[in-house]
Amino acid sequence: MDRNLFPEGVTRCGLPKFSLWMAFVSIFFLWGAYAAVVIFVNGIGVTGLDNYFGFGLWITFDLAVIALGAGAFFTGFLKYILKIDQLKNIVNLAVIIGFLCYSGAMLILTMDIGQPIRAWFGYWHPNVHSMLTEVIFCITVYCVVLLIEFIPLILEQKQLNKIPFVRHFAHHLHVNMALFAGIGTFLSTFHQGSLGGMYGVMFGRPYAFRDGFFIWPWTFFLFVLSAVGTGPIFTVLVCTFIEKMTGKKLVEYKVKALMGKIAGSMLCLYMFLKIIDTWAWATGYLPSVGLTFDEMFYGNIYGKWLMWVELGLCGIVPAIMMITPSIRKNPALLYTAGILACIGVSVNRYVFTVQTIAIPVMPFDTWEFYAPNWAEWTTCGMIVAYGVLVLSLCYRYLPVFPSEIKLNSK
Amino acid sequence: MQQIEFDTKWTMVVDIDKCSGCGSCMVSCQAENNIAPMEDGSNKLKTLTWMLVYELNNGKEFPERESAYLPRPCMQCGNPACVPVCPVVATTKDEEGGIVSQIYPRCIGCRYCMAACPYHARYFGWFDPIWPEGMEKALSPKTSTRPRGVVEKCNFCHTRLMDARARARAEGMDPNKLPDGWYKPACLESCPTGAISFGDSKNPEHKVHDLIKDKNAFRILESIGMDPQVYYISRRDWVREQSDNHLPKDKH
Ligand code: SF4
Repeated sequence: MDRNLFPEGVTRCGLPKFSLWMAFVSIFFLWGAYAAVVIFVNGIGVTGLDNYFGFGLWITFDLAVIALGAGAFFTGFLKYILKIDQLKNIVNLAVIIGFLCYSGAMLILTMDIGQPIRAWFGYWHPNVHSMLTEVIFCITVYCVVLLIEFIPLILEQKQLNKIPFVRHFAHHLHVNMALFAGIGTFLSTFHQGSLGGMYGVMFGRPYAFRDGFFIWPWTFFLFVLSAVGTGPIFTVLVCTFIEKMTGKKLVEYKVKALMGKIAGSMLCLYMFLKIIDTWAWATGYLPSVGLTFDEMFYGNIYGKWLMWVELGLCGIVPAIMMITPSIRKNPALLYTAGILACIGVSVNRYVFTVQTIAIPVMPFDTWEFYAPNWAEWTTCGMIVAYGVLVLSLCYRYLPVFPSEIKLNSK
Repeated sequence: MQQIEFDTKWTMVVDIDKCSGCGSCMVSCQAENNIAPMEDGSNKLKTLTWMLVYELNNGKEFPERESAYLPRPCMQCGNPACVPVCPVVATTKDEEGGIVSQIYPRCIGCRYCMAACPYHARYFGWFDPIWPEGMEKALSPKTSTRPRGVVEKCNFCHTRLMDARARARAEGMDPNKLPDGWYKPACLESCPTGAISFGDSKNPEHKVHDLIKDKNAFRILESIGMDPQVYYISRRDWVREQSDNHLPKDKH
């Protein structure tokens, strides 16, 4: 029925099947939207956050999706600036994922701040000393850049592209893509970094505090590296997921393996620095404030296992897997490594947001526990659903994968 | 960030050995600063307690067990963790006296300052303030009420400083050189045991000037370097030991 809207030369499932899928995902979207309304009306007292845990699932989710969305700026940088041409077959998807991750994070933030209608104060009364100010500026400007990168793809939709003005406009945007990719890289690097900086500068919180270079604590650089070490492989995973769902080949495996190699190299560099950082923190900084490494962990949900999972199982292991050519050549192993790496970066974001503030810094204080409640889970679910809905529409109607026709012609 | 030094340094000194843990400071703070009673006060992690009394103990079993109580207002740190992180300059430390201010109409409720403050001195308004019927008549007229969704905290009853300065001006005195006892926070006034002292620690005529030099005086978390303007005094070793984190080897 909607065949005329499909990209040239591809096949898609029937409209009823697609509608059913969209309806199914919409349930989660609407459930979260309901929670969002409850939150806007009654305030965030309805969430599981409290005076100890001003930051919780939402911020963890934001940080994690933003790290995973880093495939956009890094792939854009490699494709348009370093001219690695092979990546053209996956860069569209990377841009869409980046846009979804960033816009999703911004949606969550509007709920997360106590006074949403004052959100613009961040631009109007900026505190130049605050890492969060840097975050606010970069995230919005970069989201706009991602939108600019996304628009030409929308304009390439078969019917839209028949309009001469649209075609020319899209062409001009394409020609200037290197410029946007450059701006995007700059903004996103700072944005990823200042998210890390946000925690690294908290000198009252020994779990997160790090000394560093100039105004930036080490966490600034660690966050950038961990994001570029996982963003590209997350793009590959999403691509593979779409392939499995639709039963089509969308991107050559060699492009995926290349993305894996890039992610793996970055992850190796990250792990190398992260291990040095952790060592220096445990043996240098902590004793200087009268604390020990053991005191940073407690029970199960704040246990040391989290650190071993983050650094070992979901850090060193996938890093080695992705840089080893024989392992990388095996799809199942590459995807496993990718999943591990994505879990690792999410654990890192979780411990920096939640563990950091759960630790009693005053000696007579106690560990506190935090459990997100339905309002936080469903709103995060809403963002995931939003991503799935937009991605489904893009896959169906936009020429996202340039090599799809070639790969599926038998 | 550079640390600003002021000519006046409003300082609170709490004698822990005198504190009986009665909680009257908490109640008077609540009343003075128009903190609305919670509909459900059972969740202590969502209540607003600008002044909070902690219970300390020596970790031993009865009959050797000893307890102590430690009231914790905002420490008005000289090097506050909360100020540099605020993205909208809603909180600053730039007024003579060194009280860390909090501008409610400016705060966007991001709670970064709460994450940064290890003393848990900052509180978020999770719910709309609701006053039981008739209570509006008992509200303190000088203190602003806050909407939900902003961060609030102890400000050493800043309105009382304004009053004391106004009085000084009226009496032809320098409002920045207040005599001892002219400016008293509500918690001090209501304390039945006289555990709390307050004044300008840079002014030799103020009692706190000498109190902070007491050999048993200490501040919490000195090693982190936040330079609080709240001091505690205890003659008991085990209490002083709990003022900061120590490695097992330097425990005495
Ligand atoms: S005690 Fe906390 S809220 Fe008060 S000034 Fe220090 S860091 Fe800021």
